[in-house]
Amino acid sequence: MSAALETVIGLEVHVELSTKSKMFCGCLNEFGADPNTHVCPVCLGMPGTLPVINKRAVEFLCKAGFALECTVAPFSKFDRKNYFYPDMPKNYQISQYDMPLTTGGRVVLPSGKAIRLNRIHLEEDTGKNVHAGGHMTTSEATLIDYNRAGVPLMEIVSEPEIGSPDEAEQYLMVLRDVMLYIGVSDVKMHEGSLRCDANVSIRPLGTKELGTKTEIKNMNSFKSVVAALEHEISRQHACVASGERIVQETRGWDEVRGLTYSMRSKEQAHDYRYFPDPDLPPLSLDEATLASWRSELPELPAQRRERFITQYGIPQYDANVLTQSRFDADYFEAVASASGDPKQASNWLMGDVRKSLEAHGLTLSTSKMTPAALGELISMVKGGAITGRAAKEVCDVLVAAGGDPKAIVEQRGLAQVSDESAIVAIVDKVIAAQAESVAAYKGGKAKALDFIVGQVMRESRGRANVDVVKRLLMERLG
Amino acid sequence: METGHEIREAIARRDRSAEEVTRAALDAIGRVEPSLRAYITLLPERALAKAREVDAKIAKGEPVGKLAGVPTAVKDLFCLKDALTTCGSKILANFKPPFSSTVVERLDSADAVIVGKTNMDEFAMGSSCENSAFFPTRNPYDLEGVPGGSSGGSASTVGARSVPLAVGTDTGGSIREPASFCNIVGVKPTYGRVSRYGMIAFASSLDQAGPMTADVRDAADLLGAIAGFDPMDSTSVDVPVPDYGVGLRDDLKGVRIGIVRDFEDSIAVDPKMAKLYKDAYEDLRKLGATFVDVTLPHAKYGLATYYLIAPAECSSNLARYDGTRYGVRVDGDADVYAMFDKTRTAGFGDEVKRRIVLGTYALCSGYYDAYYVRAQKVRTLMKHDFDTAFAACDVIACPAVSCPPFELGAKSDPVAMYLMDYFTIPMSLAGIPAMSVPGGFVDGLPVGLQICAPAFEEARMLAVAHAYEQATRHAAKLQPVVS
Amino acid sequence: MADVPIDIAYISRLARISLTGEESSRFSAQFARLFDFIRELQALDVSGVHATAQVIPLSNVMREDELKPCLTQDEALANAPAREGPFFKAPRILE
Ligand SMILES: [Mg+2]
Ligand SMILES: [Zn+2]
Repeated sequence: MSAALETVIGLEVHVELSTKSKMFCGCLNEFGADPNTHVCPVCLGMPGTLPVINKRAVEFLCKAGFALECTVAPFSKFDRKNYFYPDMPKNYQISQYDMPLTTGGRVVLPSGKAIRLNRIHLEEDTGKNVHAGGHMTTSEATLIDYNRAGVPLMEIVSEPEIGSPDEAEQYLMVLRDVMLYIGVSDVKMHEGSLRCDANVSIRPLGTKELGTKTEIKNMNSFKSVVAALEHEISRQHACVASGERIVQETRGWDEVRGLTYSMRSKEQAHDYRYFPDPDLPPLSLDEATLASWRSELPELPAQRRERFITQYGIPQYDANVLTQSRFDADYFEAVASASGDPKQASNWLMGDVRKSLEAHGLTLSTSKMTPAALGELISMVKGGAITGRAAKEVCDVLVAAGGDPKAIVEQRGLAQVSDESAIVAIVDKVIAAQAESVAAYKGGKAKALDFIVGQVMRESRGRANVDVVKRLLMERLG
Repeated sequence: METGHEIREAIARRDRSAEEVTRAALDAIGRVEPSLRAYITLLPERALAKAREVDAKIAKGEPVGKLAGVPTAVKDLFCLKDALTTCGSKILANFKPPFSSTVVERLDSADAVIVGKTNMDEFAMGSSCENSAFFPTRNPYDLEGVPGGSSGGSASTVGARSVPLAVGTDTGGSIREPASFCNIVGVKPTYGRVSRYGMIAFASSLDQAGPMTADVRDAADLLGAIAGFDPMDSTSVDVPVPDYGVGLRDDLKGVRIGIVRDFEDSIAVDPKMAKLYKDAYEDLRKLGATFVDVTLPHAKYGLATYYLIAPAECSSNLARYDGTRYGVRVDGDADVYAMFDKTRTAGFGDEVKRRIVLGTYALCSGYYDAYYVRAQKVRTLMKHDFDTAFAACDVIACPAVSCPPFELGAKSDPVAMYLMDYFTIPMSLAGIPAMSVPGGFVDGLPVGLQICAPAFEEARMLAVAHAYEQATRHAAKLQPVVS
Repeated sequence: MADVPIDIAYISRLARISLTGEESSRFSAQFARLFDFIRELQALDVSGVHATAQVIPLSNVMREDELKPCLTQDEALANAPAREGPFFKAPRILE
C-alpha cells in the first residue's frame, strides 16, 4: 500500500480541421452561424444521401501526420461506428477503425521527453445538443443544431506515456502550436475546435502493467484538463489508500464543482459494431501526392526555435516566446530583417512592445504597427536620431495607432538634440534647481549624478543626447 | 400502350403530343389502379407540366432528351424533391425530400415524363410486394397473384401496359424477380453503373437501380439515360456509357452462352420450370449461339452470404430513422431513447425489424468475424466463380426464378420467401449485370429467362436478350387481365 | 432454436426496437431455420481468402474542398416532427 505510485495518462485529442467545406458534403465549415443553416441533405443524414471524401481534409491530416513524424498508411479505409445519439444524423459516425490514415509518430515536449502517438484518424463531427433549461437530464427537451455535423475531425491518440497533468498540458500546447503552424486548424478550445478525452490510471512505480483506467470526458480548456486530471489522480490514490477497487468507467468533469463524476448511471450497451463503410472506397495515396503535401509543410515550431537561437543568437526563453505563434515568429523575422539587428528586435518585442500591447489590450496581429515601422524605429535609435527613451513613446503610438515612426518623431518634436548650446541652458537650469543633489554629489555621493542626469533628460523631454548631458555636467560639477 | 421507343418516335414525328400520351397513360393507370394498386403516389400535375414542356420544345424546334414524352414510373425509394417519398414504410409516410435523386434528375433531363411513385416492399425487403406498409400490389396477369418484389409496383404497372418504362432497384433480385412475374424486361446493371444518390438505401454494397420496361430496346434506352458516373456517389464508376440501342442484335452467331450446371440441378425439381428453361436454351441455340457448361460452385452459399451482408448493412442504414429529423415520430414519455424505441417499433414492419435484428447481431463484437467477414470472403469466392465462368463464355443464361407468380399470402414463412431469390442473389453478390427477359409461361403465368454478363458488359447482355426477345416474342403472347 | 446464439433482447436494445414476447420467439424460430444455411457457410474453408467489402474495387475517390449551397433553415426543418425556433426538438436525454 505504501509503495510509490506513478501516473499513466493517454490523451485522445479531437481537432476540427479548418477546411472550407465539411468532411463529406459541400456545406460551409464555420463556427457560430445561426442554427441549422449550414446543413444539406447529406449532413442531415437524409434518406438516400451519400458521403464523398473531402480531399483537403485528407491532405490536412497527412500534413499533421508529417509534422508529428507519423507514417501515412499505404492503405486505409473508413468505417461506421454505430450508436444512437440525437446529435448524430445517421446514428452512425463515419470514422476509421482498424486502418487509420496514419500510425506512429511522436510529440516532443519542451523538456525533450517524447510522447509516442498510436494513430491519427479522420472522422466526422456530430451536431450539438442544446439543453433547454440547463443541464441535459433536467431540461424539458433536447434542441439540436446540426451545423457542426459533418465537420472534419482529426483524432490524435497518444500512447499512455504522459506522466502528469503538467505534461498533459505541455503535450496539448505543443499539439496546438503545431496545428496552428501548419495551418490545418484554428484550435480554439473555447469554440470546441480542440477537444480532449483522457485515459488515466495509476500503478506502483517501476511496474510495467497498466492499472485499471478511467476515461475522463468534457474537458474544455487547458486549465480544466489539468484540474480534471489532478482531481482524478488524487481520487484514484484515495481509492487505493482505502483499499477500494478502481472501476473501469467513463467519468465526466464537472467544471463548477471541480470534480469528476461517474457517467455510468444508466449506461447503454456499447457495442459500436464497426464495419467498413460500403459507401466509401478505401484510400491508397500515391507517393507523388504525399511528397507534394510534405513539400508544402512550413518550418515547425521546434525547428524554428532552434534556428532562432543559432541564427539570431537570441536566448532560449525569447525564442520560445517568439515562436509560440507562427504570426509572432514571422513578425519577429520581419522586424529583424528591417532593423538589421535581431537582438534588438527580440528585446523590443519581448519588452516595450509587449508592455504597450498589454496596455492597449492588443496582440501583434491586432495591432496596427507594421514590422517595417518597428524595424525603422530600432534603426533610428541605433543611428542616434532619437533616444531610447523617446523611442518608447513612439513605440506606444505605433502599437495603438500605427503610422510612420519618422512622422511621429517630427510631429511630436522627439528628435534627439546633440547641439551643446541647446543643452547647456537646461543643464544650468537643473544645477540651479537641484542644489541639494549637487551638494551630495560634490560630497562624494556618485549616485546623485544619475539623478541629476535624469532630471536633465526629463527637462528635455527625453530628447537630449545623454552623452553630451553627462560631459557638460562633469565639466560644471568637476 | 405501345413501347417507349414507339411513343418517342410518334412524338418526334408530331403524330401525337406528349400531353396526349401522358393523358392516355394517366387514364390507363386510372382504369387499372383499383385492381392493381401499383402506385403509392401519382403525380398527374407534374407529369402534365413536363409533357407540355416537351411539347413546347418540339414546337420551337428545340432539341429534346432521349426519352422525350415517354411516361415513366419510379419506385417510391427515389427521392423526388417536394414529393412524398415513403420507401413503402410507415416511418416515412410523410417524408418530402428537399432534393431529388440522381436517377430522377437524369430522367428529367432526358425529358421522360414521371407519372408517379410505385409501391414496393418496405425498404425494398421482400419478394412479393406484400411487405408494403400501405397495401399489396396485384399481378396484372393474375389478380390473386403477387407481382413479385420488391419493385412490385413498377413491374405491375409496366406489366399492365399502363406505362412503358419504370425504374426499380435490385439488391438480391428485386428487379429481376418481379420482371419475371409480370412478363416484362428487368435489368440490374453492374454495381456502380447507376448512381445511388437519392435512392433510399437498403444494403449499400448491393443496391443498384435499373430499368423495368416493355421490351429490351426500351431497357437499353432507359439504362442509357440513367447510367453513368455521378460525383455524388463515391461508388459510381467513371467508365463510358455506350449507346446500348446501337448494339442490339437479332441473331446470336458466334455467341458462347454458359449454362450453369448447379442451377440446372436445382430447377430440375420442378419439371414444368425445367422444361421452360430447356425450351428457352433451345431458342437461343436456334439463333446461332453455342453452349458451354459452367459451374458456380459457391452459388449454393449465396442465400447465407446475402442474409448476413444485406441485413448487416441495413441495420446501419436504417438507424437514421429515429423520429428526430424527418419521418413519423411516436413520442416516448420518458426521454429521447424512449422516443427512438417507440418510433422505430411502430414505424417498421415485421420483415424490416427481422432484418435489422439479424444484421445487428451479425455485426456484434464477437460475431463480426464469424459472420460478416466470413460472408465477405465467400463473396470473393463467388466473384471468382463468375470470373472463371466468363473465361469460357460471353454471357450466362439461367433461370430467373424457381416458380411462376404465387398467390398473395402463399409464402408466410420468411425463409421460403428468401429462397425466391436463389437464382438472382449470386449475381448481386458478384456485382455483375443480370436481367430477366420474358421466357414463356408455366400454368399460364409468365416466367423470365435470366441473362448475365461480366461487369460493365450490359451491352453484350442486352444484345443477347434482344435477339431472344425478337425471336420468341413471349411478352405479346399473353394479355394482362386488366387494361 | 437452442443452437441459435442470438440474445434477442440484447440485440433489439442495441437496434432500438422493442419486440414483444411473441415477436421474439417467432424471430428466434425463423433465425433458427436461416442458420441452417448460415452453418454451411461456417463449414466452408475461407483461409487465405480476402474479404470483399466493395465488389467493384475503386480507391481514392475524393472531391475538391469546394462549397455547395446549403438548405435554408426552413427547408432543413421542414420534415422535422418537432422544432423549436431554429432547432430540431427531441425529448430530453436521460444519459
Ligand atoms: Mg472519435
Ligand atoms: Zn452538408
